[in-house]
Amino acid sequence: MQKLLLLGDEAISQGAIDGGISGFYAYPGTPSTEIMEYAQHSKEVKASGINCVWSANEKTAMESAIGMSYVGKRAMVQLKHVGLNVAADAFINSTITGVNGGLIVVAADDPSMHSSQNEQDSRFYGDFAMIPILEPSNQQEAYDMAQNGFELSEKYNVPILVRITTRLAHSRAGVSTGNKIAQNPISLPKDPRQFVLLPGIARKNYKKLLEMQEAMQEASNNSIYNKYIDGVDKSIGIVACGISYNYLMENFDGKCPHPVVKISQYPIPENHLRKLRNECQSILVLEEGYPLVEKNLKGFFNEGLQIRGRLDGSLPRDGELNPNLVAKALGLEIIEGEAIPEIVKMRPPSLCMGCGHRDVYNALNEALEDYDIGRVFADIGCYTLGALPPFNAINSCVDMGASITMAIGASDAGLVPAVAVIGDSTFTHSGMTGLLDAVIKDAPIVVLISDNSTTGMTGGQASAAKGRIVDICKGIGVNPAHIRILNPLKRLHEENLAILKEELAYKGLSVVVAQRECIQTAIRNKKAAKKTK
Amino acid sequence: MKIDIILAGVGGQGILTIAAVIGMAAVDKNLYLKQAEVHGMSQRGGDVQSNLRLSDKPIYSDLITKGCADIIISVEPMEALRYLPYLKKGGYVITNIVQFNNIVNYPNEDELNARIKALPNRIAINADQIAKDLGNTRASNIVVLGAAVPFLGLSIKELEGGIKSLFGSKGDDVVEMNITALHAGYEFAKSEM
Repeated sequence: MQKLLLLGDEAISQGAIDGGISGFYAYPGTPSTEIMEYAQHSKEVKASGINCVWSANEKTAMESAIGMSYVGKRAMVQLKHVGLNVAADAFINSTITGVNGGLIVVAADDPSMHSSQNEQDSRFYGDFAMIPILEPSNQQEAYDMAQNGFELSEKYNVPILVRITTRLAHSRAGVSTGNKIAQNPISLPKDPRQFVLLPGIARKNYKKLLEMQEAMQEASNNSIYNKYIDGVDKSIGIVACGISYNYLMENFDGKCPHPVVKISQYPIPENHLRKLRNECQSILVLEEGYPLVEKNLKGFFNEGLQIRGRLDGSLPRDGELNPNLVAKALGLEIIEGEAIPEIVKMRPPSLCMGCGHRDVYNALNEALEDYDIGRVFADIGCYTLGALPPFNAINSCVDMGASITMAIGASDAGLVPAVAVIGDSTFTHSGMTGLLDAVIKDAPIVVLISDNSTTGMTGGQASAAKGRIVDICKGIGVNPAHIRILNPLKRLHEENLAILKEELAYKGLSVVVAQRECIQTAIRNKKAAKKTK
Repeated sequence: MKIDIILAGVGGQGILTIAAVIGMAAVDKNLYLKQAEVHGMSQRGGDVQSNLRLSDKPIYSDLITKGCADIIISVEPMEALRYLPYLKKGGYVITNIVQFNNIVNYPNEDELNARIKALPNRIAINADQIAKDLGNTRASNIVVLGAAVPFLGLSIKELEGGIKSLFGSKGDDVVEMNITALHAGYEFAKSEM
């Protein structure tokens, strides 16, 4: 046993390594990115030939992991909550195929939207998919669940969803590691048609999944991660899911006077909750994200015991929990420090000084001066910060790849020219298929690919598009005469402006590729080059 | 022993390095530790903070409760003030006084200085100047850490150990330079108390 100081993300990665994983599959996304990055820096991973190459998007990651499971080996998919939307088709169907080698999907949710467009709760996906969900309350459980999750997956013949949230993903604590489990040998499924989801086979597989539900419920009832902790004051019983358990215990220095049900494995453990209901006069539910357990306990008519939580206003309906919110829900007094002085101003994130996206927006804003405002559809990445002053340059950011396709729809409706702004990594993630739509109808849009040769917002991971953008656009069928390349530098502003103006005036599809390396990765690469000299 | 620390600054100013040095020293001392960091979007020139908690007993929450932080360590003065709701009565603020002005409505320089001076328990240090005098402007975050040493429940020797663990792979020069910066901050704090 070794004690390591690890982020929750890193604990999951180490747990998977010690649990006999053969492949990590992921696309970068805060707060899940560090799971793959830890694996990429692990000597052990390198020595054992475990896959740790980024995938083009979450769907391709999920499918690759299903492929590895088919061969009998253990695989893990790591994604942020909205990444699970991208992978959802493969994810849901993988519960019907079942697994061969153990398969874990880690979804890192971002309540309070620190770095996200929404705060959807991935536990609902697990519930919908009818598979066990593990929700660690601390870094040690994160390690243990990743290590043991493969076995659970193989036992119940389904993928396992591990759900974490930002605070656990990005908080460090001591973790004791366990025994190392060897990788599985290659062994194909006993039934060669297990993964063939023709309706006739899918119906049989689905029945198996349904039959397995009782066993999964039993596993939850008996899980070491779920606990009933008795307390003397039964005026209220508390259900604490995942890390909300810590916020509860923080308020009582580890000794809660009320009975507590700690939930870290789902389906919701029915036995513990039944006991809580029988013993207590009311129930307070603490859970990060949406009120999943609370809603279930309340039922449609809400005629039983008083159930408190996010739905009755005891806790806010949105945003992440913290010790103060839990204290308030319990009526405990907290003496806060001094209020924030008025002199303190907001300091929102901004594009780095020297960033190429700045020059792109300066040129684009000027090129669009001849047109009405409101025609720039952007995408997910650092360049989304172009929505803020001083640029105020973009009018949308919805989901990965939506810039191009929204521009198509807007131009179909008569907004001509429409502009799409998308980064290189987002383009290969989900922009290429949209560009094919644009090619087919020769949509009068300008697709401006701001290519910084990296996945910048998440910290500079490899971009699948590197050095390939122009060839990809040609291959998809964009007229090479309207694929223009510019170098977004201040001194080339006039030149770049002219190119953009020409393409905006063109009544067909143009792709403008603005190529300059991310200033952060450029500095890092320079340092690394200096070191090797 | 239990100490709750809020680390504050602007993305890229090196607060995670401060956290890592304290963390290394705490681990060497077999203390329990939890440290919540900020990654991702908010890093880009925005305000960043880290909750660092040390204790000789297991720690539950990754986040510090408002009104319960023992100290705020900040590498930027306006950012030090942002976390006052977290500071307990009688808690200390240790802050660099060199302002990082990257927003249009950044407060007036003198008013901000006056607000820092008005804090009852504070060490206000010009860490950039001290680091510059030592010949390495990049060590100003470690100078700030040095100024916090009297409040950390860890000895200067233990923090030197943390620096050695963290920077050891970068060579003796880097270790020495950071230890010198740590001491410079420590001496300043002692002279202020």
